Amino acid sequence: MKIAVLSGKGGTGKTLVAVNIAAVAENAVYVDCDVEEPNGYLFFTPELFDRKEVSVLIPVIDRSICTLCRKCIDFCNFNALACIANRMILFEEVCHSCGGCRIVCPVSAITEKEKVIGHIESGVSKNVIVKTGILNVGETSGIPIIRELLNENENDQRISVIDCPPGSACAVMESIRDADYCILVAEPTIFGIHNLNLVYELVEQFHKPHGVILNKCLEGENLAEQFCAENQIRILGRIPFHQEIGMMSSKGLILVRENETHRKFFVNLLNKVIEVIQNETITCP
Amino acid sequence: MKQLLVLSGKGGTGKTTVASALIKLMKASVFADCDVDAPNLHLVMQMNSQPQRSDYIGLPKAFIHEDRCIQCGACTENCRFHAIRFDSVFKVLPYACEGCGVCKAVCPVDAITLEYISDGELLLYQDFDRIFSTAQLKMGSGTTGLLVSKVKKQMIQFAANDSVAIIDGSPGIGCPVIASISGVDFVLIVAEPSISGISDMKRIVKTAEKFQTKLMICINRYDSSIEKTEEIENYCMENKLPYAGRIPYDEQAVKLINQGKTIVDVDCNSGRALRKIFVKVMAFLNENNRIEKYEN
Repeated sequence: MKIAVLSGKGGTGKTLVAVNIAAVAENAVYVDCDVEEPNGYLFFTPELFDRKEVSVLIPVIDRSICTLCRKCIDFCNFNALACIANRMILFEEVCHSCGGCRIVCPVSAITEKEKVIGHIESGVSKNVIVKTGILNVGETSGIPIIRELLNENENDQRISVIDCPPGSACAVMESIRDADYCILVAEPTIFGIHNLNLVYELVEQFHKPHGVILNKCLEGENLAEQFCAENQIRILGRIPFHQEIGMMSSKGLILVRENETHRKFFVNLLNKVIEVIQNETITCP
Repeated sequence: MKQLLVLSGKGGTGKTTVASALIKLMKASVFADCDVDAPNLHLVMQMNSQPQRSDYIGLPKAFIHEDRCIQCGACTENCRFHAIRFDSVFKVLPYACEGCGVCKAVCPVDAITLEYISDGELLLYQDFDRIFSTAQLKMGSGTTGLLVSKVKKQMIQFAANDSVAIIDGSPGIGCPVIASISGVDFVLIVAEPSISGISDMKRIVKTAEKFQTKLMICINRYDSSIEKTEEIENYCMENKLPYAGRIPYDEQAVKLINQGKTIVDVDCNSGRALRKIFVKVMAFLNENNRIEKYEN
């Protein structure tokens, strides 16, 4: 069972929700797909048992064979190749590793080599397996790391909680690829609603069953709650705005491991999600 | 034109809150929102005019013409993005396709073409004294960096040479952030005093340094953890990073934002703190201007 946690806007509490759900589940896997700014491991402080590098292929041009015909330059839609002063130049940071230049080279002057763009750390924190994707600073795309993380996790039968990156672009889409259920974490500000709307459209488009957790709830009217009512989105739970929660999170403490009230809240939340997933799979097989 | 970019690494630390207030205080006539997959700045800028809209065309998508396809499978074998699936016919998954054209190149019967579709929208507001460039990426799209570059290009095109432009950035350290840093003179980082906020701040500082951009740091909601605030301040001191100051948590700020206002539109705690930060930011900008002039 794979549960993705996403939000559109950053800082609404994705990691808070994902970490705590994983921590209350028995034998869960927590997968941090926010590879640009991974944070979950700061809470779990896992004991690492594996570290593996993730690389992509980039072209290597053999000058002694290259005839400067420029077919590769013409082919590359990402403008990653150029010919300057009779010398082929590769702009590594914009190369998408499609391998097209190698294919179109008429004299086979192009081979490929691996370039490390980041790594995946696996560890254990009490009952939770913690997998973290980390993109190297200066690299542009973490998609290959997300792909690798999810591939490793594809056939895992345990409950997996996938912590997604913010936004609604390709990295988020890749992260929810295998998800059976999406939890959208919303905060009650106009920024929060505007961005919730975007991810809501995203999960609808991909026909992912979903529900909302309202975070940072204050007394009085709640814009996010109104949005959910208008769009008939299921509300899974409400987390009040509470100084104590903020304080514990800022220190990297896991709420459910510190406090029984919080533990009960997240146990209920997880049970609700599991129940919804089971119902949905019965009604729409 | 000088460009000031607001970044944070971590999401939700208050980039847009700070950027919108700086725009007001600086009376900036040029600004942009580069958080193209979750833009928010337009919600608080209260522009008077309707935006001029133009389609954003990113990279093309492959399209397989069934009538010509002989189902040899060469396209699937060569696609590095797993964007072509076989389900009685060969089909392109548009969201996975990056538009490289490898499938087209390897197809022996020319059954594949590359088609351009709209990947989002560029918006340009032109009030009589203000230029605001922003965009909305179509969800799930993959060319965020390219759209960010277009937002900046659109802004520069309409801006006067002597102005200071303020740019609201996106979270993270990947392609949209790197695209927004290029050409920028100065980055203001909004940090959050938490274990996550500090980790993310260090990664964005490294990213900005990699591109040799001058940067300054301020802390938002500092009172949510004095201990972590001091940790950030010490980090700035140890690494000789210019520090602009603290902004307190302010319930009033949430209310103002929800009304579509900035925190300097009325008198409040966070607004007062921001005015002090503004003074430091301006001093830093001017100082660097002077040094540059001297060096030239």
